[in-house]
Amino acid sequence: MVKLTLNDRHIEAREGELLIDAMERAGVRVPTLCHMKDLFPSGACRMCVVEIDGRRGLVPSCACPVEEGMDVKTHSSRVVRARKTIIELLLANHPDDCLYCVRNGNCQLQDLAEELGVRERRFTGGRSHHDLDVSNPAIERDPDKCILCGKCVRICEEVQGVAAIDFVGRGSRAMVGTAFDQGLNLSSCVNCGQCIMVCPTGALRERSSLKDVMEAISDPDTFVVVQHAPSISVTLGEEFGLKPGTDVVGLMTTAMRRLGFDRVFDTAFSADLTIMEEASELVHRLSTGGKLPMMTSCSPGWVKFVEQFYPDMLENISTCKSPQQMLGAVIKSYFADREGLDPKKIFSVSAMPCTAKKFEATRPEMARHGLPDVDAVLTTRELARLIRMRGLDFNDLEPSNADTPFGERTSAGKIFGATGGVMEAAIRTAYHLITGEELQDLDVKAVRGMNGVKEAAVAVGDLEVGVAVANGVGNARKLLDEIREGRDDLHFIEVMTCPGGCIAGGGQPIGTDLDKVRERMNALYKIDSEDSIRVSHENPAIKRLYEEFLGEPLGHKSHELLHTHYTKRETVM
Amino acid sequence: MMTANEIDDILRQYPEAGRDALIPILQDVQDIQGYLSKDAVVRIGECLKLPPSKIYGVATFYNQFRFQPQGRFHIQVCRGTACHVKGSAAVLDRLQRELGVASGETTRDGIFSLEVVACIGACGLAPVISVNGEFHAKLTPDSVVDVLNEYRQKAESSAHA
Ligand code: SF4
Ligand code: SF4
Ligand code: SF4
Ligand code: FES
Repeated sequence: MVKLTLNDRHIEAREGELLIDAMERAGVRVPTLCHMKDLFPSGACRMCVVEIDGRRGLVPSCACPVEEGMDVKTHSSRVVRARKTIIELLLANHPDDCLYCVRNGNCQLQDLAEELGVRERRFTGGRSHHDLDVSNPAIERDPDKCILCGKCVRICEEVQGVAAIDFVGRGSRAMVGTAFDQGLNLSSCVNCGQCIMVCPTGALRERSSLKDVMEAISDPDTFVVVQHAPSISVTLGEEFGLKPGTDVVGLMTTAMRRLGFDRVFDTAFSADLTIMEEASELVHRLSTGGKLPMMTSCSPGWVKFVEQFYPDMLENISTCKSPQQMLGAVIKSYFADREGLDPKKIFSVSAMPCTAKKFEATRPEMARHGLPDVDAVLTTRELARLIRMRGLDFNDLEPSNADTPFGERTSAGKIFGATGGVMEAAIRTAYHLITGEELQDLDVKAVRGMNGVKEAAVAVGDLEVGVAVANGVGNARKLLDEIREGRDDLHFIEVMTCPGGCIAGGGQPIGTDLDKVRERMNALYKIDSEDSIRVSHENPAIKRLYEEFLGEPLGHKSHELLHTHYTKRETVM
Repeated sequence: MMTANEIDDILRQYPEAGRDALIPILQDVQDIQGYLSKDAVVRIGECLKLPPSKIYGVATFYNQFRFQPQGRFHIQVCRGTACHVKGSAAVLDRLQRELGVASGETTRDGIFSLEVVACIGACGLAPVISVNGEFHAKLTPDSVVDVLNEYRQKAESSAHA
């Protein structure tokens, strides 16, 4: 234990701990712009500076280990003045765009200007200008709003292992950009949106599809359907002031109807469908000597990651489309037939926790006869914006249920939203397919939780199935490299692009607070523990879909509608 | 442009190279190629296990690297102190507007490329530019356009020849 004085109070800290963490535990918060928990401090923004008795300059608390006897002042007038000057300097080179900005009301720069009482423009001078990058279907970059905190660069490289962006140039021309200043669409970016989640300003944001969706809704000749992903019912509430982990599925469904969607479907239904196909594919590969380990394909950032960095392993990826794309495909075929609708008149929207889903929906493989399976993807944030825009009093709505024929789900489909969920759901069904019986204990605890890589050996009949789960696509690198080098005890691998899985996807409410992510995760497993049907193969609506339309898993129709292929991407920038 | 083999030849001179070899490698490639092509950066990245974004970031930190091939006429604008005092900023500004490119870039037709350099040791001639090594002295924003036109004519007559 180390003893120090913090604002004239005596506190204790752990040996070697960073000052900022000790301060936080003692209930003293200083503003930060570049600090990222668990990553090496960069000390770039200097917002977190404090005064330490005996040291000449102000010291960044995020990069300073505690020392015995330190006497620290966090809000002396000298410190506060320094912080204010930093913000004023940042604002001098910042567009006054708040009224037009997607982060208006949810921007750390704006908050700090307010908190520190910035009321006049003290510094003026030429502002640098860089073009907006709208080349990418998922992510938009507006370097003029960038304050060069470097968080996006670090999460992209250190957490996601992608490194699509970096600091370019220097001095007054420095910016964050791609190699050769190409559009993000030509870079190695996997569209995960984790950079958006950490960006303190509006410099990074999703490409919005709100306009397309609103136009489709107001066109009387267009039949507009929406599907909602398993994770967003436990995150959307946060946008309306509810506690993290509150399940608002009923309210959300009603809100969607009020917004004017003609049908509301649950992507957790098609997650069950994915499990039917994917578990069957696994069993097929296991019994016929197919390519192993099989790897999941539902997270589009991960799929692009493999196409770019591990093209030699494309055969390992399951041919199953993701739940979003599977549902899109059956909406424009089975559902259209059943309702007597012209598929061309259907506008299919999905509400997703994810920016990469926007990219996935534009992939040429994800269309049939020139008609895309999914026409527009909204992030959780965009959905919340739409609800506010239409003046709905979210918390006062009367809950309702999703529509037939794609409204019934099992809780196996629901847990897709958390890392390990796909694996757990697949094990439950694969066990049934192989042994003809149900797994005794449906909880597969070994694959749950927030660890970056989780592994287990699962006994299925006489078979021992080696499984691994990685979340945060950078964590998958280790596994893939081991497999390249000959590791062969694994049969099935789940990878989610975002750390924590879809509940922390790049389209979710801004921020990376791990406590919130845990609450969301707990909410999903609570739903699972209380549900009456917990295995995908018992979903009555799925059974009906196979009886009436698809035939059997991996059958002819399935291959046509629900499976796809991948291609190597050349020259990764 | 350099072939993949030529780039590999350079890389072979740096066996077991790590990040610290990056700058010398980039310099060698630019010496031969005249600029850093995308292919070269990707190849260097594969070899040093560095993402291209990182290499580009490092390279743009130094003024010496360019990312487009030089034009037929390569214009170097001196930004040394003497030239600065005598108004080289206005000359550079005029050149940039006249050509529609910034320092480090090449015109679309490939005829001119522009580069800003530190003192080229011709202070008596300030402000001065050099075009393919040939000096043009005591320029003004107007006279520099005359210089450009001279080269434009050269380019045209050779195109017709
Ligand atoms: S990024 Fe923040 S400060 Fe900048 S315009 Fe947007 S809301 Fe305003
Ligand atoms: S979206 Fe993901 S991969 Fe793309 S730049 Fe951002 S963090 Fe990197
Ligand atoms: S884009 Fe955002 S996260 Fe990245 S450096 Fe700029 S302000 Fe920071
Ligand atoms: S938060 Fe400490 S320097 Fe930026």
